[in-house]
Amino acid sequence: MLTVHAARERLRRREVSAVELTRAFLERIHALNPRLNAYLTVADEAALAMAREADERMARGEDTPLLGVPVAIKDVLSTRDMRTTAGSKILANYTPSWDATAVSRLRAMGAVFLGKLNCDEFAMGSSTENSAFGPTRNPWDETRVPGGSSGGSAAAVAADLCCAALGTDTGGSIRQPAALCGVTGLKNSYGRVSRYGLIAFASSLDTVGALTKDARDAAIMLRAMEGRDSCDSTSVDVPPIDVDALDAARDSLHGLRVGVPVEYFSDGMQPDVEQRVREAIAHLQTMGAEVCEISLPRTHLGLPVYYIIAPAEASANLARFDGVKYGLRVQGRDLIATYMETRGAGFGAEVKRRIMLGTYALSAGYYDAYYIRAQKVRTLIKRDFEQAFAQVDIIAAPVSPTTAFPLGAKTDDPIQMYLADVFTLPVSLAGICGISIPCGFDREGLPVGLQLIGPAFGEQRVLEVAHAFQQTTDFHLKKPRLSCEL
Amino acid sequence: MLTVAEVERIARLARLALSEDEKARYARQLSAVLDYAAQLAELDVEGIPPTASVLAVHSVMREGDEVVAGLPRADALRNAPDTDGASFVVQATFDEE
Repeated sequence: MLTVHAARERLRRREVSAVELTRAFLERIHALNPRLNAYLTVADEAALAMAREADERMARGEDTPLLGVPVAIKDVLSTRDMRTTAGSKILANYTPSWDATAVSRLRAMGAVFLGKLNCDEFAMGSSTENSAFGPTRNPWDETRVPGGSSGGSAAAVAADLCCAALGTDTGGSIRQPAALCGVTGLKNSYGRVSRYGLIAFASSLDTVGALTKDARDAAIMLRAMEGRDSCDSTSVDVPPIDVDALDAARDSLHGLRVGVPVEYFSDGMQPDVEQRVREAIAHLQTMGAEVCEISLPRTHLGLPVYYIIAPAEASANLARFDGVKYGLRVQGRDLIATYMETRGAGFGAEVKRRIMLGTYALSAGYYDAYYIRAQKVRTLIKRDFEQAFAQVDIIAAPVSPTTAFPLGAKTDDPIQMYLADVFTLPVSLAGICGISIPCGFDREGLPVGLQLIGPAFGEQRVLEVAHAFQQTTDFHLKKPRLSCEL
Repeated sequence: MLTVAEVERIARLARLALSEDEKARYARQLSAVLDYAAQLAELDVEGIPPTASVLAVHSVMREGDEVVAGLPRADALRNAPDTDGASFVVQATFDEE
C-alpha cells in the first residue's frame, strides 16, 4: 500500500523515480483492471510524460507534496486532452480542451495522472452499476458493488491502482464507496473546492474531493485543491488545511465533544455495521473524547428532499446534451426530434429517470408543491446540524446501513438503491463536511465505514480526529486479497 | 399513479424519446418516488425560508475587466458531431417559407 505521503518520501530520497513508480502502477493497472473495471481510460503515454517532467522538476530541486505522485481522476472531472465520459454513452468520445480547477491545481503541483476512473453515469447512483461502460467490482469481493458513484475511485485506491483518486460527492458519492471499499473519503464543505470543469449534476450540492489511503493524504489532497477560483462564483477562501497540525492533535482527544445521532441507528441496519460503528465511537471515548447522544430529527427527510432537489437541478444541467456542440448525435426528422432521439439513445435508465423526475418537480403546477417545499425542508435539515454543532464538536455515525451488496441486488428498485445513501444525504443538503474512514469488517470480511461529520468548513478538526483514530487503529492498513496479486 | 400520457408529457418537456416499455416502467417508478416524497406535503413549513444555496451568495461586480484569451475556435469545435470547419452544423430551426 503506497500512500501519497509515503510515495513522496521515497521520491524525495531518490529511492525511486517518478517514471519507475508510474510504470509500476501502470503494470498493476493492466494486470488487475480487466477484472475490476475501475479505470475507463488508462493514460499510459500521458502519465509517463508527466512522470518524466516530474523527475526533471525534482532534478532541478523542486519539491511539492504531490510532485511525481501517481493519482487518478473520476471521469466526471474534465481533463485536458484526456477523454472524459462521465460514465455516459452520450460523452463516449468527448475530449475536453481544459482541466477542471481541481485537476489543474494537481497538475501544477506535478502529480502524475494515470487515467480516468469509472463511475455511475453523471455521478447518479450508489453502486457504479449505472456506468454505460459496465460496473466496477469491489476488490474485497468481486461479486459485489464498490458503492457509488465514485466506485472506480474507491476500488482503485483499495486495490492500490493509484496513490489517491479524485471523486465527487453530491449525496454520498465519495463517502459511501469509501466505506464499501475500506478507504478514506472526505466530502468537503460546499464551496471549499472549485466545481469548475466538473460535469454538473446538482449544482447546489456537487463537491469535489479525494479518496485516499489515510487521513493525512486526505489533508494533503484537500490542501492542494482548495480555495477560491475566479471560474466558480460559489468557491470560497477559508483558512487552508494545516497538514502538519494533524500530528500535534493525534495523541489525545481530551475535551473533544462527540455527538452520536440516535436517528442514524435505524431498524433496517445490518447488525454488524452498527456494532463496528459503536465500537469505533467507544474507541474515540477511550482516547479522551466525551461522547453524548444527540438528535437530528429530520434525518428521514433527507431522502425525499434530495430526490426532489437533485433531479430538479440535474434536469436543468443535463439540458446541454443536445447533440449539437459535443457528444452523441442521433439525427431525427427535425431539430426537436434530433434532440429527443439523441437524448433517448445517449442517456441510461437512471439518468432518464432523474431527468423525468426533475422535469416533473419543476413543471407548472408542481413547482411549489415539490421543489420549493423540498428547499424549505432543506432549511430544516440544515438547522438540525446547526443546533447539534452548538452542543458538540463533531458527529460520529455510520456511513451506509450495509456493507457492499451483491451486483444486481438493487438495480430493479430505485428506492432500495437510494436508501444506501440515507446517512450521507443530510450532510450534503446542509453543505457541511464528512469523512468516511475504515472502522472494521463485517462477518464476511467486508469493510465498514465510520462517518465523522463536521460543521461547514470544519475539515481541519474532522481530519485531526480521523488521523488520531488511524494512529491508534489499523483498519485503514488492511488490504483486500486480490487473487492475481503481482 | 402517473399515467402513460403524463409520462409522455414530461418526456416531451425533457426532450427524451422513450420506448413504450420505458413509458410503462417510468410511470410506475416515478410514482413510487413521488409517493415517497409525499411525506414532505405533511410537514408544516409555514414561515420557513427555502434554501437554494447553503452559501450566502450575493451578486458581485467583476473586479477589473481584463482581456484574456478565449477558447480557440478549433477547440470549441473539436467534439462537435458535425461542423463545416468554422461553425456547428445543425438542422434548420424554422421552415423555409
